[in-house]
Amino acid sequence: MSGFGGFVLRRGVGTVITLLAISVIVYVVFFVTPGNVAQITCGPRCSPEQVHQVAQQLRLDDPLYLRYWHFLQGILVGQDYSTGTSVEHCSAPCLGLSYQGDQQVTQLILAKLPVSLSLVFGAMVLWLILGVGTGVLSAWRRGRFTERLLTGITLAGVATPVFVIGLVLMIVVCGQLQLLPFPQYVSLTDDPEQWAWNLLLPWLSLALIEAATFARLTRASMLETLAEDHIRTFRAYGVGERSIIGRHALRGAFAPIIALNANNVGSAVGGAVLTETLFGLPGIGQELVHAVNVVDLPVVVGMVLVIGFFVVIANAVADVLYAVADRRVVLA
Amino acid sequence: MSSVDVSTGVSADVLVEVTDLTVGFGSLRAVDGLSFTLEKGAALGLVGESGSGKSTVASALLGLHRGTGADVGGSVRVAGIDVQEASDADLGRLRGGKAAMVFQDPLSSLDPYYAIGDQIAEVYRVHARVSRRAARARAVDVLDRVGIPDALRRSRSRPHEFSGGMRQRALIAMALACEPELLIADEPTTALDVTVQAQILDLLHTLREETGLGLLLVTHDVGVAAESVDEILVMRHGRAVEHGPVGTVLGAPAETYTQDLLGAVPRVDARRVRSEGSSGSSPEASSAAPEVVLEATGLRREFGRGKRAFAAVDDVSLTVHRGETLGIVGESGSGKTTLGRMLVGLLKPTAGEIKPGGGVRPDVQMVFQDPVSSLNPRRSVGESIADPLRARGERDEGRIRARVRELLERVGLEGAHYDRYPHEFSGGQRQRVGIARALAADPRVIVCDEPVSALDVTTQAQVVALLGELQRELGLALVFVAHDLAVVRQVSDRVAVMRRGRIVEQGPADEVYDSPQDPYTKELLAAVPALDPEVAAQRRAVRRELATA
Repeated sequence: MSGFGGFVLRRGVGTVITLLAISVIVYVVFFVTPGNVAQITCGPRCSPEQVHQVAQQLRLDDPLYLRYWHFLQGILVGQDYSTGTSVEHCSAPCLGLSYQGDQQVTQLILAKLPVSLSLVFGAMVLWLILGVGTGVLSAWRRGRFTERLLTGITLAGVATPVFVIGLVLMIVVCGQLQLLPFPQYVSLTDDPEQWAWNLLLPWLSLALIEAATFARLTRASMLETLAEDHIRTFRAYGVGERSIIGRHALRGAFAPIIALNANNVGSAVGGAVLTETLFGLPGIGQELVHAVNVVDLPVVVGMVLVIGFFVVIANAVADVLYAVADRRVVLA
Repeated sequence: MSSVDVSTGVSADVLVEVTDLTVGFGSLRAVDGLSFTLEKGAALGLVGESGSGKSTVASALLGLHRGTGADVGGSVRVAGIDVQEASDADLGRLRGGKAAMVFQDPLSSLDPYYAIGDQIAEVYRVHARVSRRAARARAVDVLDRVGIPDALRRSRSRPHEFSGGMRQRALIAMALACEPELLIADEPTTALDVTVQAQILDLLHTLREETGLGLLLVTHDVGVAAESVDEILVMRHGRAVEHGPVGTVLGAPAETYTQDLLGAVPRVDARRVRSEGSSGSSPEASSAAPEVVLEATGLRREFGRGKRAFAAVDDVSLTVHRGETLGIVGESGSGKTTLGRMLVGLLKPTAGEIKPGGGVRPDVQMVFQDPVSSLNPRRSVGESIADPLRARGERDEGRIRARVRELLERVGLEGAHYDRYPHEFSGGQRQRVGIARALAADPRVIVCDEPVSALDVTTQAQVVALLGELQRELGLALVFVAHDLAVVRQVSDRVAVMRRGRIVEQGPADEVYDSPQDPYTKELLAAVPALDPEVAAQRRAVRRELATA
């Protein structure tokens, strides 16, 4: 891995450029969006004077480049914000202050992020086990009833919206059978056991749907590998079907699984809005939707950057795993 | 070999006994009533063109058709096991344990994700109850045995880190691991360069001498069979055409098909035979110096940048005269295709220049190697041939159609084939379409990049004959790029031998072939399989000399 240092460096620079580009785009989009931000922020009953004051306080009248400059300044050296009566200091990686509650965006994100990460990584473990397992079984039992049954189930899984599965799970498990209480987020650091129990249903509903995609992908890549010449070699040497499936065909499916997983994990950090909303999880996705509704620019930019960061990181990790899984791949 | 009379039928010495074997895939009968026996330690060559069913027979010996839906009839006994009746467990013991198979493409025949030593060990552990460590040691042993240098270290390499020849050695090592009685080699050297092919065939020869291994060699290349086997069975349409000792079948073939097949095989030691009415390259050739139609000087082409840059072609100069054929021969990676592409203008040279002799417009066209992928499957062949005409600005549909019909007929197809699609044609016919497309632009020079290497020998001979005819009639100059020394000799007036981007030897074909000057040319020529088993033995001796020298 002589090139590993160089790889990390290139990826690091790439990540920074990507994130800067994302932030510029979000700023521009919000700038051209019609609507009076000061009025929305102040509330419907504000007088024109109050609205004017809010606009000044939030520096809404500054030109776009100046506002973006302040934003960059905040990230690099911190910022002081006047909240009308007092001046609040927001230290170095400062993403600004929420228009709504004068809360620092950095802190808001730190509060929401553990929820989203708990949801996504827990679900990831489940969807990998369920999805890859089902895929392997389908490939092994190809052409038989088991495969057709599994294919049918996964097709249904791909086609079902998450809130349908989530609602059904909640109604059956929590309502009818009363096996679990209705989920309510408990922090991992507070009580690990309750954390897991409460997240079980969100994990399942997110994982079941993702698992369907993984099952189909695993099956397809394994069948493709099974048709390759080297499989014929091992058959011709008396190697049993179990080894051929488990050792040789599955190995060929690693690369696409890694790629898809990186993509899905990255986007689910901010994209699992439906699951978060359904189970009342106070995560990034929910907060982002709310912030967009009230045109809370600093929060939107901060959240989008965090999501972008995870997508980029997930893909970099995928590239490293790729190179580990297949030695023919050179990191570049 | 064994002294047991074959006519007495089953004896203890029989290793393979195939009786009335039929293999059908749906309505297609790939093998149709084939019978043969192979004694212990003997070597049989199954020779035939593509579609003759020879590879299907090889698979049937290991029962590889089981579970694939193929119809298998007749009986196959290998090392005392009835392949048809055997249980899955017995079949598992046969595969690899008693009969091991070596496949054509050594890159795709090994799992890209695992170390070579691990793959051999895995196979060994299927057949021997040994620890992982012992199996791994065995893998290193056999790798060493097949001539992999530094076998312990190299056993940890993945297949892509091996060269083609080393991969094939590794596959042979895998075959040797369980000490089988029979080695089935299905086109074991087809994907390899001629010098590497010679090394692999020599290895097989040595292993047979040392271990008394029986060999079933499946090949389309009569020369490869002549080098390696005692008996030859010529197959066609799933049936045996002729079967006998290699000297008899190749020396005095009884069947017309065998005679035709052998007649079509290009020979590296035979001078070019020119057909009627052509004493030189063209009528004017005898008079003054022939007109130069293409001249290249100091050509160089690099790929990659910075530290990774390397020159695929380096300082190559050549001239092509009107009506002559310049053969460019070299092994894979020698830069011959890159050179060909530069001559046509598909690649820009990094340095050097190409001048069309006298002519102003670029009048060099190309015929490609793979007649399947070089034609657009979604367009009719007529449209493909019309492309160069349209590219030159011809807009009159009537004239285009007429010209394409004329070209189709010129290359031995029918004008009515205009609206047919490539998949409706055989490989040889598709190559004719490719030639017609090259002719459409009225070129003075045609660069043919491996034009016949994807074709069977009889088709090969027809396409070569067609090119010769066109050359005579149209006064075309041909640049014939190929790896096959015999084919190049058959068609070329002058020959250039390429190695690592450079031309190592250039001259009149007969001179280069009959008294090669460069050591590399000598090595190449010594590696060409001979049709005569005695000559083959002589060449093997020469190779040993060259190797030790």
